[in-house]
Amino acid sequence: MLFKSDVHKKMKLVTISGPPSSGKTAVLVNVIKSLKNSGFRAGAVKYDCLATDDDALFRSLGIPVQTGLSGNLCPDHYFVSNIEECLKWGISLNLDLLVSESAGLCNRCSPHIKGVLAVCVIDNLMGVTTPKKIGPMLKFADIVVITKGDIVSQAEREVFAFQVRRANAKAKIMHVNGITGQGASELTSLFLQAPETETLDGGILRFSMPAALCSYCLGETKIGMEHQLGNVKRIKIKQEQP
Amino acid sequence: MIDILEKKIGHLTAEFPPLTEFFSDYGITFNDLHATLGETLEGLAEEHYEDMGIDREKLLENLDGFLQRITLSEIAEAPTVSEITIIGGHDKNGHPEEIELTLLRGSVTSIVGPTGSGKSRLLADIEWMAQNDTPTGRTIRVNGQKPDPELRFSLEYKLVAQLSQNMNFVMDITVAEFVFMHAESRMISAIDTLVADIIAQANLLAGEPFTGQTPVTALSGGQSRALMIADTAFLSSSPVVLIDEIENAGIDRKKALSLLVRKEKIVLMATHDPILALMAERRLIIKNGGIQKIVTTTSREKENLIKLEEIDNKFLALRTRLRSGEMLEEL
Ligand SMILES: Nc1nc2c(ncn2[C@@H]2O[C@H](COP(=O)(O)OP(=O)(O)OP(=O)(O)O)[C@@H](O)[C@H]2O)c(=O)[nH]1
Ligand SMILES: Nc1ncnc2c1ncn2[C@@H]1O[C@H](COP(=O)(O)OP(=O)(O)OP(=O)(O)O)[C@@H](O)[C@H]1O
Ligand SMILES: [Mg+2]
Ligand SMILES: [Mg+2]
Ligand SMILES: [Zn+2]
Ligand SMILES: [Zn+2]
Repeated sequence: MLFKSDVHKKMKLVTISGPPSSGKTAVLVNVIKSLKNSGFRAGAVKYDCLATDDDALFRSLGIPVQTGLSGNLCPDHYFVSNIEECLKWGISLNLDLLVSESAGLCNRCSPHIKGVLAVCVIDNLMGVTTPKKIGPMLKFADIVVITKGDIVSQAEREVFAFQVRRANAKAKIMHVNGITGQGASELTSLFLQAPETETLDGGILRFSMPAALCSYCLGETKIGMEHQLGNVKRIKIKQEQP
Repeated sequence: MIDILEKKIGHLTAEFPPLTEFFSDYGITFNDLHATLGETLEGLAEEHYEDMGIDREKLLENLDGFLQRITLSEIAEAPTVSEITIIGGHDKNGHPEEIELTLLRGSVTSIVGPTGSGKSRLLADIEWMAQNDTPTGRTIRVNGQKPDPELRFSLEYKLVAQLSQNMNFVMDITVAEFVFMHAESRMISAIDTLVADIIAQANLLAGEPFTGQTPVTALSGGQSRALMIADTAFLSSSPVVLIDEIENAGIDRKKALSLLVRKEKIVLMATHDPILALMAERRLIIKNGGIQKIVTTTSREKENLIKLEEIDNKFLALRTRLRSGEMLEEL
């Protein structure tokens, strides 16, 4: 493990994504504890849609926290518009590491930025087919953390990890237990090897956010052809039935 | 990578059958087997990639990684392990666990102690190759050295096969699909016959039969255990085998143990069963989270093992009678 005294460097940013309740906060809590033990200053930003209790949890660790609630916007779109501000805030506090936890509510959006360490947290309980259904937040992550391994057998953990491997061949796949913290110290050392981020001005997302802006994005509530404008895509109804 | 783009789909899928499944994960099905892979991928609309949440570059990167796994892992083998050493940490009250215990290849060690004393925890420490980073503060050495941290995350080289106490299944798939996927994840070839063997063996251990079509979530406790035992025995080339309580849920535990305990392995087994405990040449007594004592099975105990088995057989006969609806008024 690296210690604070070994490094005199600029702040690192880490983006954490993953479906709701997959264990993002539980994993981060363990990582932050281990960072603090080694003398590093960490901060957290939580992005969510309507409400979150995560800020209280982070605050209880004694670290600075920001919360961004996107309300009726896609929380990941909201993230992109606000991460630069959060980065400046973290730098102004002289943090060593800033983690940004996103809501993971949108399977098609992802907060991962080129040149910034990207982590996706998923759990063993999501079912075998989930890894391929999760979009860019999994497929473009550098590290995939799998939680809740304590609930299934080793065989099932292996099968699940293999499905993750198929969806993202190059990522480091790690098992971390959000409750006991097993695996968190390894994850912490990977966080400490993250690239430094001085500015996000001119940064590039790893994968485009979906083409939005249909009439419903703009607040339309009525259903029916005549109310649909802009970017609309039709479901293909298949004719042959079993 | 460029070569592969020039290969015809028909040849590729014949050479690497798992590729069909791989591409279907990205919503790609092959209609023209004579087209090259490059042509097929070119032919996909930009929209298709967008819908899949991936771009062409990343897809090729994944394909490359996947092919490397298929071709490499067939020849690669886990590093040899001739011994593992457990260096004590502390018990639940923080008192030091003054112990340094080396387990050699070919040895069977049992772990006994009251419920909640920390037997499963000890197995978990070994599985994780703990480096003073678990609740017990223990450290594990492999061949006298700190194991390569990469091994902890390696999906290919598992030093440890664990038959855990937890046998829950949450995946919505059948027994045959599960075993198939598990074999696939270990990059084993000739999977189909192996799957059939595993299911057949598991049925020999379990009371009530099940088939490859049974959903894993519908298996009873005993059936899941039997399936996991057969699965571990047949699929794993890991040099260390950890067994957490095979005695539960009415499976044939002697048969199970003989399947799992093969020569040249390091076997550790947590148990509450005197017969299983005495079958090991050594046993660790766990108390309050720490290894309190190490006992070598004596020759007197080995002799008693025969008597214990007689008692056990009587007991099993009673159980069979009970299960088939007989009265136990005469013993
Ligand atoms: N058994 C088990 N439970 C876990 C593990 N990791 C997390 N949990 C539990 O899963 C639940 C959700 O964890 P969180 O960390 O809040 O998940 P999250 O991804 O941050 O959730 P949101 O921020 O709401 O999207 C909590 O009750 C955790 O205690 C694990 O490894 N094992
Ligand atoms: N040295 C230790 N320090 C702190 N906690 C410990 C220690 N050893 C074990 N524990 C914890 O005690 C709890 C019970 O341990 P464990 O599940 O291993 O018991 P067990 O002997 O396997 O019980 P059972 O016979 O019921 O299966 C676990 O939460 C474990 O992490
Ligand atoms: Mg959270
Ligand atoms: Mg136990
Ligand atoms: Zn979105
Ligand atoms: Zn819209």
